[in-house]
Amino acid sequence: MQLWLIPALPLAGFLINGLFGRRFSKGLVNTFAIGSVVLAFLWVLKTLYSLGGLPAAYTEHYFTWIQSGALTIDCDFSVDRLTAVMLLVVTGIGSLIHIYSIGYMAHEGGYYRFFAYLNLFMFFMLTLVLAANYLVLFVGWEGVGLCSYLLIGFYFDKKFATDAGNKAFIVNRIGDFGFSLAVFLIFRQFGSLDFARVFAQAPGAPVGLLTLIGVLLMVGACGKSAQIPLYVWLPDAMAGPTPVSALIHAATMVTAGVYMTARSWVIYTHAPIAMDVIAYIGIATAFVAATIGLAQNDIKKVFAYSTVSQLGYMFVGVGCGAFSAGIYHLMTHAFFKALLFLGAGAVIHSLSGEQDMRKMGGLGTRIPWTCGVMFCASLAIAGFPFTSGFLSKDAILLAADHRAPWIYWVGVFTAGMTAFYVFRAFFMTFFGRYRGQEHHPHESPPVMLVPLVILAVLSLAGGYLFKIPDFLRAVFPPNEVPEELGPMAVASAAGLLGIALAYLMYVLKPGIPDSIASGAKGLYTLVYNKYFVDEIYDWVVVKPVVGGSRLVLWKGADVGLIDGIVNGIGARAKGIGGVLRLAQSGNARSYATWVAFGSVLVIFLMALAGGLR
Amino acid sequence: MMGQVPLSWFLMLSAVLFSLGVAGFIFRRNIITMFMSIELILNAVNLTFITFAYQRQQVAGHLLAFFVMVVAAAEAAVGLAIILTIFKNRGTLNIDELNSMKN
Repeated sequence: MQLWLIPALPLAGFLINGLFGRRFSKGLVNTFAIGSVVLAFLWVLKTLYSLGGLPAAYTEHYFTWIQSGALTIDCDFSVDRLTAVMLLVVTGIGSLIHIYSIGYMAHEGGYYRFFAYLNLFMFFMLTLVLAANYLVLFVGWEGVGLCSYLLIGFYFDKKFATDAGNKAFIVNRIGDFGFSLAVFLIFRQFGSLDFARVFAQAPGAPVGLLTLIGVLLMVGACGKSAQIPLYVWLPDAMAGPTPVSALIHAATMVTAGVYMTARSWVIYTHAPIAMDVIAYIGIATAFVAATIGLAQNDIKKVFAYSTVSQLGYMFVGVGCGAFSAGIYHLMTHAFFKALLFLGAGAVIHSLSGEQDMRKMGGLGTRIPWTCGVMFCASLAIAGFPFTSGFLSKDAILLAADHRAPWIYWVGVFTAGMTAFYVFRAFFMTFFGRYRGQEHHPHESPPVMLVPLVILAVLSLAGGYLFKIPDFLRAVFPPNEVPEELGPMAVASAAGLLGIALAYLMYVLKPGIPDSIASGAKGLYTLVYNKYFVDEIYDWVVVKPVVGGSRLVLWKGADVGLIDGIVNGIGARAKGIGGVLRLAQSGNARSYATWVAFGSVLVIFLMALAGGLR
Repeated sequence: MMGQVPLSWFLMLSAVLFSLGVAGFIFRRNIITMFMSIELILNAVNLTFITFAYQRQQVAGHLLAFFVMVVAAAEAAVGLAIILTIFKNRGTLNIDELNSMKN
């Protein structure tokens, strides 16, 4: 079936644009970059079509990558229904965002570099989802992290962008450390890293070990999918171009953690404690990130915290055993969050780079198409009845209700907040009067609008077009949750209440938010400053590490010890040499004197020792 | 004949000659004198060899003495040639003025 073609096509695009793109015209760069991704999408479609309904996993073996003692790592790609969903999401949304980027990046420098990185990202992401063992998955996992770093720091002449790139990379190292440990443990226990072999043996393994593996895998997922306590990099990652935020930091890469967790479902179903931890972390992240999102003024920051929050929902789904619901939300979230970011990008584009919502307003009549698609996306994320977001979020909340009602109620409250802050952003941007400087906002070119419209249709109807829970029934263990109308109605009501409240506060009575902010000043400051988590991390982790490195490692170990030894040896040699060079007079007679004295000394010593026999 | 003279006298003579040679080598400044002092040292050693060869009735000592004489002859030829060249080039035989091993 030539599965390798799927990632190889974007890789070819990356190599061509990366090596020769500097000399290409923009049209040629577009041809290779977008062409390769669209071809990959078409190849995915063809593959899935010829594999039929994928009743079982289909694996292709290419070569043995590592062969060392008991360790054998094959370079295998595998497709099952879970992978199929991910492939379609990654290549489909990826294609749309690539097309959109033609318009968005038209006036930016480093055009070919941007598309080369984007193609490289597609290659690694597709490797990640196609991998048939943990190590190949890890290659993709690290590769997307690299591309994320490169693209966050795309505007490398701006310090905050490069700082954000470093932050993303370093925070992800913590998660990857956990992931690596989990992989080591898996190999130690199962003697293999192949998904098929590991999952076949997992039911017989000790529960404690499986729990440890599950928790360590989850640490990796927390880094990649921006969960508490490692979520801090994602909001900063918005320093990259907006299409990057949409593709990598909303739709695909950050969902890799959810995918990996769902992929390892066999381990988790046998480690209930690890699953509980995932659900708790997920719900905590969903709640905390949503509260932070309430008070942000940067339109991309709002959606960034919303992404963190929605990823929390996916973790709740996975942690409650509703793996297909988690993947369902992953897909619908990819639709509407990509659309939200791309729409925000269109707004920012039309205002020539303005991101502060306090300087927007009244854009609804000036950029009606953007406004319309943003409305669809906002409805979907708010869980408005019968949108795709409603379906997937309800699937998760129902599973949560089944597992632990308090998770459900926190989730419902979070859903209300989600609806509120998304519509707050929507109303602040498109309603009221224009608050920015005199400027003529312009509608985006068709090349940007067409992907937006397609995504808008998917945001509303994607949940019906792709019935993920039915499709994935063959992959995941049955998790039958009775369809109850009550919890569904409550969740929808929370969403509608959030929308109504946002309408009241930001359209009807615009004075309310300020009076609340001044009324509950302490709370507002706390939320506005994101609970000071960055500052706390700075004081607790960064400063001690930097200070310790400076004082102990640099001044102490490096300068004091290592340099001290090296310089000390040098200084001693110099000193001894300085004394000895006095003997090197160059005078033959003084040398002879030394020889004579030396001989006398030797003879004297020999005599002392008893003489020669 | 030699039987009446104790062996230690020969060794003492050899040691005295050797010390004179060393002293001459160290304290005199003329290269020719130093050269002669070296010959004195060599012959002092030769005397020791011969003494012990006689005492022990072994031929090795005689052999070594001949070796030393041959080497000394060769050394004299080469050494005098060098001294001659030095004198031609520098116009002096004072060892302190011929100090070119440093710098």
